[in-house]
Parts: sequence; structure tokens; C-alpha cells
Amino acid sequence: MADRPLGAADVAAADPPRGAASFLRGSHTDASITARIADLVLVRPNRPGGLTAFGIAAAAALLFVAATIYLIARGVGIWGIDMPIVWGFAITNYVWWIANAMGGTFISAALLLLRQPWRTSINRLAESLTLFSLSIAGLFPILHLGRPWFFYWLAPYPGPPPVWPQWRSALVWDFFAILAYVVFSILFWYVGLLPDFASLRDRARRRSAQVLYGLLALGWRGDAVHWQRHELVSRLLAGLGVPLVFSVHSMVALDFSEGITRGWHSTIFGPFFVAGALFSGFAVVLAVAVPLRAFFKLHDYITALHLDNLAKGLLAAGLIVDYSYAMEIFTSFYSGDRYEIFTTLNRFTGPYAPVFWSTIACNVLAIQALWFRAVRRNAAALMAVSLCVIVGMWLERFMLIVTSLERTFLPSAWGMFYPTAWDWIHLIGSIGVFMTLLFLFVRLVPVMAISELRTLLRRRTREAA
Amino acid sequence: MSARSKPALLLEFDDGDALLRAVRSMPDASRRGLSAYTPMPVEGLVEALGTPPSRRIPFLFLLGGLVGGLGTYLIEYYAAVIDYPINVGGRPLHSWPAFLPPSIEMVLMGAALFGVIGMLVMDGLPRFHHPLFDVPRFTRVTVDGFFLCVPCGGDASERVAVERFASEHGACGIYPVQPAP
Repeated sequence: MADRPLGAADVAAADPPRGAASFLRGSHTDASITARIADLVLVRPNRPGGLTAFGIAAAAALLFVAATIYLIARGVGIWGIDMPIVWGFAITNYVWWIANAMGGTFISAALLLLRQPWRTSINRLAESLTLFSLSIAGLFPILHLGRPWFFYWLAPYPGPPPVWPQWRSALVWDFFAILAYVVFSILFWYVGLLPDFASLRDRARRRSAQVLYGLLALGWRGDAVHWQRHELVSRLLAGLGVPLVFSVHSMVALDFSEGITRGWHSTIFGPFFVAGALFSGFAVVLAVAVPLRAFFKLHDYITALHLDNLAKGLLAAGLIVDYSYAMEIFTSFYSGDRYEIFTTLNRFTGPYAPVFWSTIACNVLAIQALWFRAVRRNAAALMAVSLCVIVGMWLERFMLIVTSLERTFLPSAWGMFYPTAWDWIHLIGSIGVFMTLLFLFVRLVPVMAISELRTLLRRRTREAA
Repeated sequence: MSARSKPALLLEFDDGDALLRAVRSMPDASRRGLSAYTPMPVEGLVEALGTPPSRRIPFLFLLGGLVGGLGTYLIEYYAAVIDYPINVGGRPLHSWPAFLPPSIEMVLMGAALFGVIGMLVMDGLPRFHHPLFDVPRFTRVTVDGFFLCVPCGGDASERVAVERFASEHGACGIYPVQPAP
């Protein structure tokens, strides 16, 4: 395959080239790739704009910390939750963040197993987003406990309290799922980073950076035998990662469907949540990759074809979600159960109907734009659609939770959920924490897997030969 | 791989293919003791060096999965059946379907932990210093340097032989490596 940049002719062509050349544009050498990505960490100066944005994110993150301290001091009553709506923003945020995490693991692990060359320049970013989303997701169920400081009672260990976890409860399963996901994500991320930390160690000129990356690289020296083990471990981890994310999101779904609440007690919830997570995961990767590509001018590495592929993934996952919406509605009528039917009609026309219709606008209508190649190759349009999806998926979780709880079997027990200022602060604060971690990530860690880019370059050279 | 007790010569090549050709041109017997260092995996290099493919890593993943899964299941069984049997709505004490989800998660976590820690142990990492790091040029190994480390005693004739080998195979640099003290 010819080594040439993609031009307008390729965009118009029915079947553009799919080899390594399409996913790494421009002329590069191993040294230039290493320098380009490593210097984003080692020598890039802090610009006022970046510092300001970081300051705003950090302020929001501090707000999250402050709100959490107040929450621990006062209890969950500071939020708008009350009978009958006992799951409000906190659980919505939890499901939303953990779903945002899925894209990273899936893109990184599944595409590694499928040997897709377009994985290379986005896997580091995607895995990092997973790690950050996940660490925020894990906080919300803990904060939602009445006594968060006893969260470790979920773990089976000898010692007080004198009772064991209730093994038949989906909430306990969920604890194990999150634990496994967090540990796995850290390992997967770090194994991939090991050779890149070594690149930074060897390139750093400042003593502090040499020591920091020297420690993180653990003495990696590119031994051929080490590389072989590294590749084997990466592939095996990827093989574990795919079933892991599917199981984690099924477990999140079981938190809902194990109960007999109308609108939740449904066998579709497992695959529905997995598809939803994939959907918002793709959207988050796109929403971060597009601005990063523009700010750091990474167009050679994140090409239009990368965006196109991500957009197709987003569309495919979105269509599965839309199908699930349709099936959920169909099933409730088909069941003949008056409470199920009532809950569904209440979603269409009840007090939270605007939330339902906004969800449909974001998750069903907005993504239809992705059928057009011009939209999939347009960074700004993709950004807009991704943000729509991210918002839409939050609204969907909120709608699922609140509409099933607000009108219970007894009309005398009906109630509404009104978020308090603290609900909003925890939501906005969690986004601040995420952005802060993201800013620290691009400052301290190479945004792309340098060693894998070198492999991609080698592959491209061979294809050209 | 391990600490070198003998002095050695470090040969640098322009790319992975040149390094691979040089290794393959050696007779099998003299490949023993060679080690290669590259900025990215080079397919076929480990086989050319004569190292048999490791079967231990997949085995460690399996072992970690079994330890994680069976361990969790046993804890669940002990807690729910032996130590604290409690009748919840007439469900059996040994509710095995409900015990599976945590066990499956711990299979995946155990496998990942054993595999990654096992990899580091087998690599001998963390090891923050290595005699090769004393060769200033070796910092290129994480950029674009492909190196072959050939054990070579103080004997002048041995040294000349390695140098001739290096020039025959297009090595672009040759550097002495002192043994670890």
C-alpha cells in the first residue's frame, strides 16, 4: 500500500485504504514519533489558557471534596432523595460514570484482540478515560451509603461486623465487579505504560523527571524476552477485559432488575446496560479525542479515519440502545401488566416526560446524523453529537431511576424528586474531578502508546515495501 | 536478562531486520548468552535467540483465575452455609447461582493480578540499575536503537572476532559493557 497522506479522493472513494498507512499519516521515524509524543510531557510549556482551564477544573474538583465532607458530616439528607425516590442523582451519576468508563476498555481490549491498527493512537487515551471515570463511579455508591465510612463491610474479611456480606444481593456482586474492574484497569493501563515510561526516563533532561519516570519504568530496558512476555500479557489481559466489561455492566443492570420495581424488573436490562455503556463510552472517547487532537495538533496520529471509525462504533452502539428502548416499551405492553404499562405511559406523559423526550432527542435522533460520512469526518459535528449522547445517557439513567420510583403501587405513596444544590454540586464536581485527572494525565503521561506507534510505523514501512 | 558476570560488547543496529539477520547468521551454539534490546517487539527475535517460548505466563493466568474464583466461592460457602447460616425467604443456604457472580469477577481479577505480577517477577523487574545503563548510547533503546549484547571476555582475539562480526553485519556502533560489580 502506498505511503501517502489521505486526500479528498480517499474520502470520496467507496473503500478507502485500511492498512497501517491510513492510520499514521505524514513522514515519521521512530525518533520523531518518540520525540513528538514524549515532548508533550517533557518540554511542552504551560500556556495561560491551559492553566486557566485546569484551574477551573480543579476548583470544581475541590467543590466536590467540600460537598463530600459536608455529606459525611450531615448525611444523605442534604440531597433531594426521600421516600419514595431514594435513588436520585448519586446512583444516576454512578451508572453514568461507570458506563462512560466502558469505551476505553472495549476499544483497547477488543480492538487488540481483533488486531485493528486504528487502536494504536487512541488506546492510551481511552484506557486513561476508563480509569478516571471508574474511580469517580466507585465513589458514588459509597457516598450513597448512610455511613460511608463503613463501606469496607461489603468485603468479606474476618473481623467486625460479626455478619458477612449478603451474597445473594446484587449490591454485593456489584462491589466485586467494581473492585475487579478497578484493579484490572490499573494493571492494563500500567502494563501498556511501562515501555513509555522508559522512553520518558531516557529522554528526560531534568533530574526530577528522570527520577520520577525512572521509578515508574521499573528499570524497563527493552529486552527481547521481556517484550515477548509483555505482548503475551497484553493480549491475555485484553482477553480478560472484554468479558470483564460485559460482566460489570450486567452487574450494574442487576442492581436494578433484581428488584421487583416496575420498569426495572426486566431481563433486557443486562444487554441494555452493556449497549448503553458502549454507547456513552464511545461518546466520551470522541469528546476527549477531538479537542486533544486539535490542541496538540495530532492530526497525523488521530486521522479522519480514526474519527470515522469511532463514529461508526458510536452509531452502531446507539442503534442497539435504540432497539433496547423499543423492546422495553414493547415488552411492557406485551406483558399485559397494568403497573408496567402505567410506568411506561407515565414516562411518556408524566411529570418527567421532558426528561424522557430529551433522552429520545439525544440518543435516538441526534445520532442519526452519523449515517453521513461528511458528519463522521467533521470534528466539530462529531464533538456536538458526542456531547449530546453524553448528556442523553445521563438523562436516560435519571429517567429510568426516577420514573420507576416516583409512582409506586399505592397512589398515596407517590412523590416527586427535586434535586437540591448539593445534588448539582456533586454532579458538576465529579465532572471537575474527571477534568482535573485529564489535565494531569496529559501533563504527566504520554497521551499515546509510543512503543505501539513505533510498531505501527514498522508495519507501515513493511506494507509500503 | 540476568546480571552479567562477564564483560560484553554491545552492538547497535539500524533497524530490527538488520539485528534479526545478524542473530540468524550466527551458528546456534554461539547464540547462547546473547541478549537483544529493542524499542518495540521484533517478531521472530526471541526464537532466533534460541529462547524457548514461555508457557508460564498463560499458566499463571489460569492459576490466578482458579485461586480468585475458587477462593471467593469457598469464602461464600463458608460464610453462608457454615459460619452464619441464615434462612432468607426459604432460599437454600448453598445458593450456588447467586454465589457465581462474585466468583466470576474474582476469576478475572485473580488472573490479571497473577499474570502481571508474574511477568514482572520473571523479567526481574523492578531493577533500577543494570550494567547496560552505564553505556550512554543505550538510552536509544527506548527510541530507535536496536542492540545486541554479545558476551566477550578480555581476550583480544575474541574481541576482534566480535568486531569483525559487527562490521560484516552492518552494526552501526559497538560499545563495551562492564560487568556488574
